[in-house]
Amino acid sequence: MSTQDDKAKEVSADGATGPIILFFILGLAASLVLGWVIFPKLLYSQKKQPIDFNHVLHVEAVEDGCESCHFFREDGSFSGIPKLAQCVDCHEEAQGEDPNEIKFVEEYVANGREVPWLVYARQPDCVFFSHAAHVKKAEMDCGTCHGHIGESKHSRVYEKNRITGYSRDIWGKNISGLRKYTWERMKMDDCAECHATKEIKTDVETLPWPLNWAPLPYEKQTGNQASVKTVKEACFVCHK
Amino acid sequence: MKIGRRSFLSFVIGGAAGTAITPLPWKLMDDVSIWSQNWPWTPVPPDGEYSYVNSVCALCPGGCGITVRKVDDRAVKIEGMKGYPVNDGGICVLGLSGLQLLYGPTRVKSPLKRAGERGEGKWEKISWDEAIFEVTKKLSDIRSNGESHAVGSIVSSDSGTVPNLFKRFLTAYGSPNFMTMPSIQDSYEMTMQLMQGVSAKAGFDAENADFILSFGSGIIDGWGSPVRMFKANSAWKANGKKVIQIEPRLSNTAAKSDKWIPIKPGTEAALALGLANVIIKESLYNKEKIDSQSGFDAFKKLVLNEYSTDKVSNITGINSTAIVSLAKTFARASKPLAICGRGQGSIPGSLNEFMAVHALNALVGNINKKGGVWAVPETDYIKWSKVEMDETATNGVQKERIDGAGSEYPHAKSLLNRLAEVINSGDGALEALFVAGANPLYSMPDSKAIKKAFGNIAFVVSFSSYMDETASNADLILPNHVYLERYEDVPTPAGLQKNVIGLTRPVVKPQFNTKNVGDTIILIAKALGGRIADAFPWNSYEACLEETLGAKWGELVENGFCSDSNSKVATGKFDFYPKAMESLSDFSPVNVEGSMASYPLVLIPYDSIRLSNGYIGDPPFVIKTVEDTVLKGKYACVDVNPKTGKEIGLTEGGYASIHTPRGRAVVKVHLYEGIMPGIVALPRGLGHTAYDKYLAGKGCNFNELIGPVEDPVSGFDAAWGIRARLTKV
Repeated sequence: MSTQDDKAKEVSADGATGPIILFFILGLAASLVLGWVIFPKLLYSQKKQPIDFNHVLHVEAVEDGCESCHFFREDGSFSGIPKLAQCVDCHEEAQGEDPNEIKFVEEYVANGREVPWLVYARQPDCVFFSHAAHVKKAEMDCGTCHGHIGESKHSRVYEKNRITGYSRDIWGKNISGLRKYTWERMKMDDCAECHATKEIKTDVETLPWPLNWAPLPYEKQTGNQASVKTVKEACFVCHK
Repeated sequence: MKIGRRSFLSFVIGGAAGTAITPLPWKLMDDVSIWSQNWPWTPVPPDGEYSYVNSVCALCPGGCGITVRKVDDRAVKIEGMKGYPVNDGGICVLGLSGLQLLYGPTRVKSPLKRAGERGEGKWEKISWDEAIFEVTKKLSDIRSNGESHAVGSIVSSDSGTVPNLFKRFLTAYGSPNFMTMPSIQDSYEMTMQLMQGVSAKAGFDAENADFILSFGSGIIDGWGSPVRMFKANSAWKANGKKVIQIEPRLSNTAAKSDKWIPIKPGTEAALALGLANVIIKESLYNKEKIDSQSGFDAFKKLVLNEYSTDKVSNITGINSTAIVSLAKTFARASKPLAICGRGQGSIPGSLNEFMAVHALNALVGNINKKGGVWAVPETDYIKWSKVEMDETATNGVQKERIDGAGSEYPHAKSLLNRLAEVINSGDGALEALFVAGANPLYSMPDSKAIKKAFGNIAFVVSFSSYMDETASNADLILPNHVYLERYEDVPTPAGLQKNVIGLTRPVVKPQFNTKNVGDTIILIAKALGGRIADAFPWNSYEACLEETLGAKWGELVENGFCSDSNSKVATGKFDFYPKAMESLSDFSPVNVEGSMASYPLVLIPYDSIRLSNGYIGDPPFVIKTVEDTVLKGKYACVDVNPKTGKEIGLTEGGYASIHTPRGRAVVKVHLYEGIMPGIVALPRGLGHTAYDKYLAGKGCNFNELIGPVEDPVSGFDAAWGIRARLTKV
């Protein structure tokens, strides 16, 4: 007659616990490899810019830094990536021997075709973002959000999310969604972080939300700086 | 080691636990939510530089100023232009949807030559040179056969440079047959001519009127310049002014008025004279001024003898007390204004009605007064040299017009409503016809007869930008730029009391291989050579426009509009009783076609601002706004009073077949308290067979069910309805 303890012993004596733990670890390891290594490779497709662009060379040649090419239009809107018209000001004909420049002049300038640049920082269409408010009013550096792109000699590979169609730069290079520097990620939380912590230097009238309000739904109002209605409508400042 | 079920489960559990501590599920969740917000078919304007271009809308005779928002080279939004003297920032649903007419699928993309049978839809793309050659060859042949008078043109109106280029072309070529699309403007113009002895358009100082008596005019359904009228209507509401709407159906205008008075259709003239009767009897008019006016005695006699309140009550179906009280409040208002022309005013209507209503306005002394009716002279900026005609042209223009305007009907300038019958009965013939800015095959009454008449014209050229009914039944299409791609002057909008010239200008580059119709005419004239070419000294339409507008050009380019120098009021002696008025000595309503025995009901049309029924058909955005009591699926709805419905055994939402002497159609029944018993109403603007899949095949075309009825004095189409029979199907 055997006791319950005996039965337990029998099971273990069968050697079944070993494989169970082993398979658990195997499963765990396989999924970790899948999630951390294979998944990001599958999720993003890699694309090369049509022209390899040297920022360093251009920044040296122009006078006003980033704004020489990425300028504000007369109405205050931001031009973003330059159009062919701006490039043509200097590159009507090739200035050097660089094969990239020659390709640019022959394929695009000569045919009047816009270069289909891949925009690393393109946000979804529903996002409204004013460069003027940040760069002109808040006097922020381009690098705070865009990093050291002005110091790049080559265009890096553009990684396109196969599901959303947006650049990997929005989520951030790190698949875990963690970041160290402000320019490593461009999700709403990154906007919110700054808006919640920084004191915003600007006229109160120009801001549709209270000074210390951050666009996080759970952020509590302090005092009676604005009505609840203002806060509600504040969503539409960025989400059009 | 045994690998069993437990091991497998363990592997799965391990996998699940592992997955939970990788970014995979969380990242996927985020991405899928973003993906779901970015469906590929969601229209998103491209990124780029914003700009605004001011122009003038040319989709209807309303002539509103527009501001078009652009992103780089693409137009993305049309708004009303702030500060424009007509609409001041406002815009209607059609104007808002104009971009669909620019970028939509219904455009004609290059000159087309018919390749199959007429209307078969088979086309051959040709170059502009070939197209101009085709036209010139045909026109030269006709001219050398001495048939120059057998060439005609149909255009939207008779003012502005483009219609005048057509007119000039026909004169130089040798034909009197310059025809325009009819509207109430024609009737008002003739009324001005007969009663005031002036050549002028009627303008209404609506904003300053304080009591508006509308004889069926769709104030907020698209009458006059639509946006201007919406604004006036809102101002009346805000300032407590009164609006009285008289019509057999509770239209949107009637629903928004202070009082809706249902009237037997076609008896409006009798009511106007009945009101005059009360005003004269009660001495509610300015005797000192009016009594001495020409024809007043005769008018007074007519009104007092023939239009007693009881008799008018009998004719119109409105009770006597209501007539008397309406007359009194109208006469006692400080700035009363009576207007007429049913719905959007696309049918000229009975001249009697216009004269009776105009006499009513004169009686309360509001002619050329603040808040009243103004005689607005035709703009005079077109000062081209006289055409030097050669012999063929001189002989040609002296021939009688095919439509009888100026001969049979001496006062009329154009009687397009008669064209079909004249051609079909063999009384007249056309060898070639130009159609520009008009779609007569759809929008003229008795479309079947019009189509048959077009079948008898050997050569039909359409200048339409869209594949509309007329274009698809043409032999050659020489597509015009749409209004957002071209320069054109926009003469004074319908019903405005002062002259304003607007400038339509290119907002975007021409999207397709099209040409401004002005340029096409100049090219054809030049290719024909001789005196015809001499009459067109300009190198391009733009040069012609700039030269024509002269000093105004700068102002127009700068502001988008300017006032016309000919802004003085046309004054003439008012005649209360012109000869034409004699026909009112015994009121007889305009005859509606059909016998009462076989057609016990009366069918009338109605207009809605959501249904465009002129040259332009509803773009997709607009047709989407039509209520399901107007259009349900593929069927138009007919308004029937529940009482009438019960008699015939019709139920709400059921199908019925409507028969008139001119045609038949299957419709859906909408039982509606807002229509008088015995009358049924169908919306205008549906039942297109051309344009795109968003418009074609929806509902039935009212014009297929009705025929024109000639007004005995003007010759204009005076039909307000037709007898009909409704049977359940």
